[in-house]
Amino acid sequence: GTVLADPVTDDELVVNGELELATEAEPAAHLDGALGDRIYSGWRFRDTETRAMQKDDFDNPMFLFVDAGLEAWDTAEGTEGKSCADCHGAIEDSMKGLRASLPKVTDKGELWSLENFVNDCRETRMGAEAWGWNSQQMKNMTAAIGLQSRGMPVDVAVDGPAAPFWEKGKEMYYTRFGQLEMSCANCHEDNYGNYIRSDHLSQGQINGFPLYRLKDQGPVSIHQRFVGCVRDTRGETFQAGSQEFRELELYVASRGAGLPVETPAVRH
Amino acid sequence: MAAIGILAIGTATGALAEVAPDDILWQEDGSIAQSLTGTPGSAEEGERVMTTNALGNCVACHTIATMPDVPFQGTIAPELAGAAGRWTEAQLRGILVDAKRTFPDSFMPGMYKVGPFIRPGVAYTGAAPASPDDIEPVLTAAQVEDVLAYLMTLTE
Ligand code: HEC
Ligand code: HEC
Ligand code: HEC
Repeated sequence: GTVLADPVTDDELVVNGELELATEAEPAAHLDGALGDRIYSGWRFRDTETRAMQKDDFDNPMFLFVDAGLEAWDTAEGTEGKSCADCHGAIEDSMKGLRASLPKVTDKGELWSLENFVNDCRETRMGAEAWGWNSQQMKNMTAAIGLQSRGMPVDVAVDGPAAPFWEKGKEMYYTRFGQLEMSCANCHEDNYGNYIRSDHLSQGQINGFPLYRLKDQGPVSIHQRFVGCVRDTRGETFQAGSQEFRELELYVASRGAGLPVETPAVRH
Repeated sequence: MAAIGILAIGTATGALAEVAPDDILWQEDGSIAQSLTGTPGSAEEGERVMTTNALGNCVACHTIATMPDVPFQGTIAPELAGAAGRWTEAQLRGILVDAKRTFPDSFMPGMYKVGPFIRPGVAYTGAAPASPDDIEPVLTAAQVEDVLAYLMTLTE
């Protein structure tokens, strides 16, 4: 039958009646025209009910997890008996803007995602155990930290020390993995706007993560989503937190440069 | 006991007649003249394979006007109506087995192909195969012939 194949054009993402989040932007120069003349948030490809849930923080199920993350921020843990707040102070100030710039290269020349920074503080500064990459506690914390950048445009460094990681991520994005021989680009570049069975394909942007996925009835991390998409190619996935997925994360983040951070988003 | 014996012989003969993915005789143009099973397929069974997620799932990408009752047909690939008018049986068999031999860089997965692949997993588990033999083609030889039988009914 006839279907609406394009991103919706008759709706706007205004959160709590006051925070306007642009859901499209001009593509960055480093995309070299790969996504045409517009980049779009995944929000624009979801149905009316799902879009509505993200317009009000009371309707957005992720805020349960954000609240748990904020509580953990103030909770002392580990052999040092310190909380995140003891060192970083108010999350609203110290973590503002961070999500928009990640992943990034550390002083030691490693490419780190938000989860790496959190676990580094837990292990080396708090004397606490690392959280699992996809654990509930980690998603609570990354959601609470990510929220502090909501509305700020994604702006990851792709040059300088980040360049070699970005190149590898790009190569992965165009590699046809698995028995079905499909690349990220086959679905999210060549076919966004089209339907693969009942799924309306988006550009696979990550500016809303971690997000609430109605299908899973729970929060989903960036790498968890990558695992799912590679598995769907009948491929052997990479591990969440792996070097490969951090490189892919950098490249995918850079494809959304200019879109505002939406964390925490809602999708189905 | 006798019945079991006859069944066993039947299976053995079937297996002998079946062309394995690596033994296929390809034509230059990506077509395959020889049946994969030596037996005509069933169009009715082909229709089931084409619309079942875990099997061919052709409707994930293709709109197929002759299956109006199947909901949520994909919008990625060409409408299949009239396919038998555009292609010969040998060409359609080739497209099913490995579409990339007909359309280089095609998005369409090979349905009777066991490699080479980059990081193949065992079905949808996300896990690597313990041995290359763990990679089964998406469809069996008989299922390819069944789908082909259905496609051959799409004359207009
Ligand atoms: C004992 C002090 C201390 C504690 C406790 C602590 N941190 Fe840190 N954290 C630091 C220091 C020091 C840095 C590095 C500062 C820098 O490079 O800007 C840092 C860096 C970070 C960064 C990266 C910031 C950036 O701009 O690159 C994040 C994210 C972070 N911490 C989160 C947390 C979280 C979440 C917790 C609690 C689970 C926590 N930290 C607990 C001291 C601490
Ligand atoms: C077979 C098609 C297919 C392939 C290949 C694929 N994806 Fe996806 N992906 C989907 C579908 C379907 C969805 C859910 C609908 C949507 O948002 O596009 C999705 C969703 C996503 C999302 C969530 C977007 C959002 O706004 O919630 C991200 C991020 C993503 N994919 C990244 C990737 C990456 C990176 C790769 C390559 C490693 C990849 N995908 C490969 C089909 C695919
Ligand atoms: C992931 C997407 C995808 C799936 C699944 C898929 N196809 Fe295709 N198919 C395509 C695309 C794209 C083309 C167009 C050829 C090209 O790649 O340029 C195509 C082309 C074809 C053609 C030739 C087009 C014509 O002129 O009619 C036939 C026949 C065909 N497919 C049959 C099937 C059958 C039967 C199945 C299931 C067993 C199937 N396809 C599954 C994507 C797909």
